Amino acid sequence: MPLLTLQDVTVRFGARAALDAVRLDVAEHEIVSVLGPSGSGKSTLLRVVAGLQAPDSGRVLLAGADQAPVPVHRRGVGLMFQDHQLFPQRDVAGNVAFGLRMHGVPRGEQAERVEELLELVGLPGAGGRSVAALSGGEQQRVALARALAPRPRLLMLDEPLGQLDRGLRERLVVELRGLFQRLGTTVLAVTHDQGEAFALADRVVVMGEGRVAQTGTPLEVWQRPASAFVARFLGFDNLAPATVGGGVADTPWGKLPLPPGVPEGERTVLVRPAGLRLAAAGAEPGAGGGLRCTVEARAFRGGRVGVRLRPTDGAPPLDAECALADAPREGDTVAVTFAPGDVLVLPGAPERAEDGRDAGAGPAPGAVEAPGDATRGRL
Amino acid sequence: MAVPAAFFAVFFAYPVVSIVGRGLKTADGWQFGAITQVLGRADILHVLWFTLWQALASTGLTLLIALPGAYVFARFSFPGKQVLRAVVTVPFVLPTVVAGTAFLALLGRGGLLDQLWGVRLDTTVWAILLAHVFFNYAVVVRTVGGLWAQLDPRQEEAARVLGAGRFGAWRKVTLPALAPAVAAGALMVFLFTFTSFGVIQILGGPGFATLEVEIYRQTAQLFQLPTAAILTLVQFVAVGAVLAVHAWTVRRRESALRLVDAATTARRPRGAGQWALLGGVLASIGLLLVLPLGVLVERSFDTPGGHGLTYYRALTAVDASGTFLVPPLEAVWNSVRYAVVAAAIALVVGGLAAAALTRRAGRLVRGFDALLMLPLGVSAVTVGFGFLISLNKSPLDLRSSWILVPLAQALVGVPFVVRTMLPVLRAVDGRLREAAAVLGASPLRVFREVDLPLVRRALLVAAGFAFAVSLGEFGATVFIARPDNPTLPVAVARLLARPGDLTYGEAMALSTVLMVVCAVALLLLERIRTDRSGEF
Repeated sequence: MPLLTLQDVTVRFGARAALDAVRLDVAEHEIVSVLGPSGSGKSTLLRVVAGLQAPDSGRVLLAGADQAPVPVHRRGVGLMFQDHQLFPQRDVAGNVAFGLRMHGVPRGEQAERVEELLELVGLPGAGGRSVAALSGGEQQRVALARALAPRPRLLMLDEPLGQLDRGLRERLVVELRGLFQRLGTTVLAVTHDQGEAFALADRVVVMGEGRVAQTGTPLEVWQRPASAFVARFLGFDNLAPATVGGGVADTPWGKLPLPPGVPEGERTVLVRPAGLRLAAAGAEPGAGGGLRCTVEARAFRGGRVGVRLRPTDGAPPLDAECALADAPREGDTVAVTFAPGDVLVLPGAPERAEDGRDAGAGPAPGAVEAPGDATRGRL
Repeated sequence: MAVPAAFFAVFFAYPVVSIVGRGLKTADGWQFGAITQVLGRADILHVLWFTLWQALASTGLTLLIALPGAYVFARFSFPGKQVLRAVVTVPFVLPTVVAGTAFLALLGRGGLLDQLWGVRLDTTVWAILLAHVFFNYAVVVRTVGGLWAQLDPRQEEAARVLGAGRFGAWRKVTLPALAPAVAAGALMVFLFTFTSFGVIQILGGPGFATLEVEIYRQTAQLFQLPTAAILTLVQFVAVGAVLAVHAWTVRRRESALRLVDAATTARRPRGAGQWALLGGVLASIGLLLVLPLGVLVERSFDTPGGHGLTYYRALTAVDASGTFLVPPLEAVWNSVRYAVVAAAIALVVGGLAAAALTRRAGRLVRGFDALLMLPLGVSAVTVGFGFLISLNKSPLDLRSSWILVPLAQALVGVPFVVRTMLPVLRAVDGRLREAAAVLGASPLRVFREVDLPLVRRALLVAAGFAFAVSLGEFGATVFIARPDNPTLPVAVARLLARPGDLTYGEAMALSTVLMVVCAVALLLLERIRTDRSGEF
């Protein structure tokens, strides 16, 4: 039995559905990240599980028990708030001990556990410090220790690293994952940062507009986005409607080669930026193979260079990524070819219909999970 | 929510409704016809007109004198500013009786002006207006000045850079931001002066009666309950209207303003103009606020045989004339005891009400918010008399109980507690409470663990306000205080009502004692002032 189950949970604020029939299971000892843009209903999801927000319909089960009649303070879950919400009038130890006091843990045991937790989060001996004097990273550690102290059966994190700077964030996320694995904590975290979600979680749930858009391991989600929405959210912009048949996809960029075994028909295709091969174009149009493009802009991303290409025949622009040494200069004209392994046919009907939200065209939550499950079988 | 609602139902609505009912209901049923009949009488119309115009004039005069003060307190830093801020606030919590007495000593028969130039103002409307300014100076300085100090001066600077002149920038940027606060302050002043009782009772001549004074006269002297009931209703409607407008401006004031730390916006005055402004404000404070109190103190020592403690000594003895059954000084002990109990009741009721108002939002709650202000405006005389005639049946037979006085005083204290607590409670981040709940704290525990520590200082301030207000409450107490247990204001009023130099001097002495008790309470408060400006 999963530790946490959400059954068709819906929350409406006025006419807008913050959560729209969300289904989710979290198994014991699993770390799940909910990933989505702001306003996608992620935080509402956590508030519903904590009991801070009552669902308009649907059920929340913890270890199989319906939580509807259980008030917040008896649910036995932990929640780490986005901006930590440390109690300003208490010192570090007072904050960490709070949950223990609420659960009637004897004083001596409290002190022991507080010290143990502070050590665990890397702040040994900080119990007497004022929370106002802590840096952002330290506050985050204290908030984590406070949430862990009463040994919640489920720990929820709301944008746990959102306010920290990039370097600290990347270090902490690795630390956190190690810590949770060591303690065997069941974790449900929400974030808008894909790097954070992929680094932290065993499983990622992508949300958009109150619905679950895809569920899968970080690798599955990254390699096989389930819809144009997920692809765009992950930063893939090379999307176009296409007619798939006979091992090729007919797109505005020409006929692209496909790996074998893809479904045929009217589809949306995604070309990963790394799948674009750039070569110096011949003098005349049409000479040699490939799509002629002008280089509009370049942006350095560490050791790689992102290149913005404008096809000369008026097709939609393309993003490419290549090694620093191979990168063309701005204004160059290049011939582009496509690697079959990086051309992906997205499941479901083409994007136009999806955008229009025609009846049945939008991915139903159950249907979208299917490709993820299928991939899991293959990997 | 249930406790404050029940408190107001039993100790406010029930007495007021029953006294109004008794006035309007005869054996033949309700006498609504009497309303038009009473309101058509020339003397009543005169009272209505006087109440209205003196309140308007007092409000205008207070704004005229206090707004420069608000500016000076907000934007200038000068030595002694903290002390001066406390001094300015003293009159606000002073009992009306003391203020009346102080102005009597300044402007009345044998007063300072009378001795120096033979000028007497005590039966003119000027005495009333000046006393009202004396009282409400602090209201304007606190509501307007508090906000003014927190307005970012860089907003005005931005307007200057964009090409606005000095006055243009003030008019286009600062004034609109300030307008709701000015309106709220003006409405409070209007409310206090519209329902003025003690001041007019002491300073007003026979020709000057406000609604409240007239209600007292009709009830206690003429026993015309129907007339009093109708006047109570009129005042109720008027006050209700004012409070509705006030609630609206308060909500407007909550609109997003860029506020900064008040400490960073003040600087030393520069140039002749600014020094003159500061001097003028200090002079007006000295003349209007400090001088009356100084004269009061001086008079209390000014015995026929030179300066001495004769009057104070007389306070410790039972006097022969039979004004009191106990030495007047015992009133100090009575007052303090009553005020402590009243402050405790006000704190519990007001604190719970404020907590309830913070947790919930919506139309109903907002109505409750306004309702809490009503005791400030409903005739205290009516409340006092209502207590006497309605709380006489078991299980509420409290007429002979001492608790009656603190209960009536607490009614007046509750609005102050709510106004002080509400901004602070609203500033507590709701997610702190959620964090505590998720960690296993029950709702009651959340209040104890999260809210209480954060609002402890505000609670102390509220307690002090409730204490000072209870100490000075006069309109209701005068009805229900027993002759053998007078409070300080009641004792002062009784002394003033009897002719004779000794009783006059005793009144001055007792007023001084009352002023000192209030001032000490207030100065203690200033030390624990909260960082946030309250709504008073």
